[in-house]
Amino acid sequence: MKLLKTILNTKGLAAGYGSGPKLKEVLSGLDLDLKQGELTCLLGPNGSGKSTLIRTLTGIQKALNGEVAIGGKAVRDYTQKELARKVSMVLTDRQAPGNLTAFALVSLGRFPYTGWMGTLTQADKKLIRWAMEVTGTVPFANRHIGELSDGERQKVMIARALVQDTDLIILDEPTAHLDLPNRMEIFHLLLELAHSSGKAILLSTHEMDMALTHADRLWLVHQQSISAGVPEDLVLAGMLEAAFTRERLTFDYEAGGFKASRKSDLPAIHVTGPAALQKWTRNALERKGYPIEPGAQLHVIAKGTRQAATWELAGASTTYQNIEELLISIDSKNEENN
Amino acid sequence: MSQPTDIWKDEPQTGLKWQALVLLAVTLVLLFLLDIGLGSVRIPLADTVNVLLGKGVENEAWEAIILKIRLPRSVTAILVGAALSIGGLQMQTLFRNPLAGPSVLGITAGASLGVAAVMLAAGSVTTVFSIRQLDLGGSWLIILAATIGAALVLLVILAISFRIKDNVVMLIVGIMVANITIAIVSVWQYFSDPEQIQEYILWTFGSLGGVTNQQLGALSIIVLAGVLFTFLLSKTLNALLLGENYAQSMGLNIRRSRILIIAVTSLLAGSITGFCGPIGFVGIAVPHLTRSFLNTSDHRVLIPSCVLVGGILMLLCDIISQVPGSQTVLPVNAITAMIGSPIVIWIIVKRRNLKSSF
Repeated sequence: MKLLKTILNTKGLAAGYGSGPKLKEVLSGLDLDLKQGELTCLLGPNGSGKSTLIRTLTGIQKALNGEVAIGGKAVRDYTQKELARKVSMVLTDRQAPGNLTAFALVSLGRFPYTGWMGTLTQADKKLIRWAMEVTGTVPFANRHIGELSDGERQKVMIARALVQDTDLIILDEPTAHLDLPNRMEIFHLLLELAHSSGKAILLSTHEMDMALTHADRLWLVHQQSISAGVPEDLVLAGMLEAAFTRERLTFDYEAGGFKASRKSDLPAIHVTGPAALQKWTRNALERKGYPIEPGAQLHVIAKGTRQAATWELAGASTTYQNIEELLISIDSKNEENN
Repeated sequence: MSQPTDIWKDEPQTGLKWQALVLLAVTLVLLFLLDIGLGSVRIPLADTVNVLLGKGVENEAWEAIILKIRLPRSVTAILVGAALSIGGLQMQTLFRNPLAGPSVLGITAGASLGVAAVMLAAGSVTTVFSIRQLDLGGSWLIILAATIGAALVLLVILAISFRIKDNVVMLIVGIMVANITIAIVSVWQYFSDPEQIQEYILWTFGSLGGVTNQQLGALSIIVLAGVLFTFLLSKTLNALLLGENYAQSMGLNIRRSRILIIAVTSLLAGSITGFCGPIGFVGIAVPHLTRSFLNTSDHRVLIPSCVLVGGILMLLCDIISQVPGSQTVLPVNAITAMIGSPIVIWIIVKRRNLKSSF
């Protein structure tokens, strides 16, 4: 593996807001770095200081302590114009002027490079075209921003950031208002962009599942600090569980997500069968409150394929055609026992 | 990817809409001629054109009427329309609020305060008539007073805007500041001589006819400079369309831009208000009309278009205020609101794209 260039790094950084007696330190002791060609997800629960950190990294807010350097130079030594050529942003500000076309909005990304009139050169246009092609926004280049869906608009904003031609793109909760397919599309797009363009991309999110599947590296906010690493390492080290832990939630290390833990006096069930059938059978049983335990006395056997599946209880002769029938049967047996 | 090719070929996206601009310019010229041609004295169109072209006509009175009264008046109308529209456009972009405009945010009220200070406080020395008889020095005094008044109010609003992010709250603050300013003027009036008050009240009705040829020179220079300067700011204004945070992330110096925009707006709105009285409505309405008409928010297109649409609208209002075919002249301030407000309501209801512009 070749050595990746570090785009941004922090040393002993502390971020927070307020001043004087009202000063509130949100995150401290941060030694982080962002490497080119990697998608890094800043993951943490709502209110854990993700936005504060982003504002501090980009110099909008002063660091309470320590240092942020971009391209080896401290952020506070950059003029605003120089910084605009190093970092571009996609913000949570949802208001976008509806009377601009997608093309006009994307071309605003050339702001730090164009002259006083904002006239675009051929090179500018080529870059805009590339950005709109990779983000898939060409089909609505001439449509007005106000007419676009949230997902389309977010892609236009990403194209705008690309056009700003910076080594680093920072996105603050880019999928906050989007539905699932759009969320996946945006994450996928960002991952591909990081890999293909060699830019360092940092995005903040509270969506663990998305971050786990797409991030090259995670910055996990935990106890006013950040643990950085490859997502899988953080999961196995129990960091994710610790960061998001709630009283009624437990981390499922096999499924890679949290599930509600409930105390139940229902009997444990052992499920076997083809993987897909097993997964959805467990899903239904767990929702009903049955703990799933390998080797439990009550044993559900799933058979067949996804299209033609049947279920049986070990030691009984009845065959169930769907999960609904299975659940009714298990529930009624359970009631008899009580 | 085969379909994108067409989109990049002719690029209508950011280019100036020349046809629309030409159409507006032609309309402006036609209305300008109509405005000069119409009035309480009937002058044939051919003679009007001859006078304007510098050729002599038999009737010397006609020449005097056209060159000394009607021409300055029509030019003033265009200047007023252009200046207030550009001021309103900048305020709407800066505050990202469709209801912003020089009159709503108290800039006009501030200019009134400045004028009141000159008219009422200085006592008998500087009544309106003495100001009008003063030549250039006096006109600069009025422009200065009105601009300082306007800038003062805008600075107060700007100072508050650093603490408030919410646009609606900002607007309410602006309206309140305007009210305070108006209240100060009222108290001032209460303690002033009746003659001075009368002159002040006449001024508040708004008038395009009170600007002499000499003053017109000063006003033209200011408006022209203001419009040009605004055009230089068009890239800045475009960046501000995305909101201050985005603009900042693209390297725009927000504080400096705010100050520049506010300075230009107070100069434009202040000087116009000083000479022609507080003319309402134009500053809010014209940017909306223009955006609706051209369906763009690009300031490189909007600024020249707003100048034209503003000029057209003020000429129209001036023609109506003179009630063609009669001797009556109505206060232009009433006409701008009476004619313009329904137009805006109609456009908003029909196009429904007002809200999406911000």
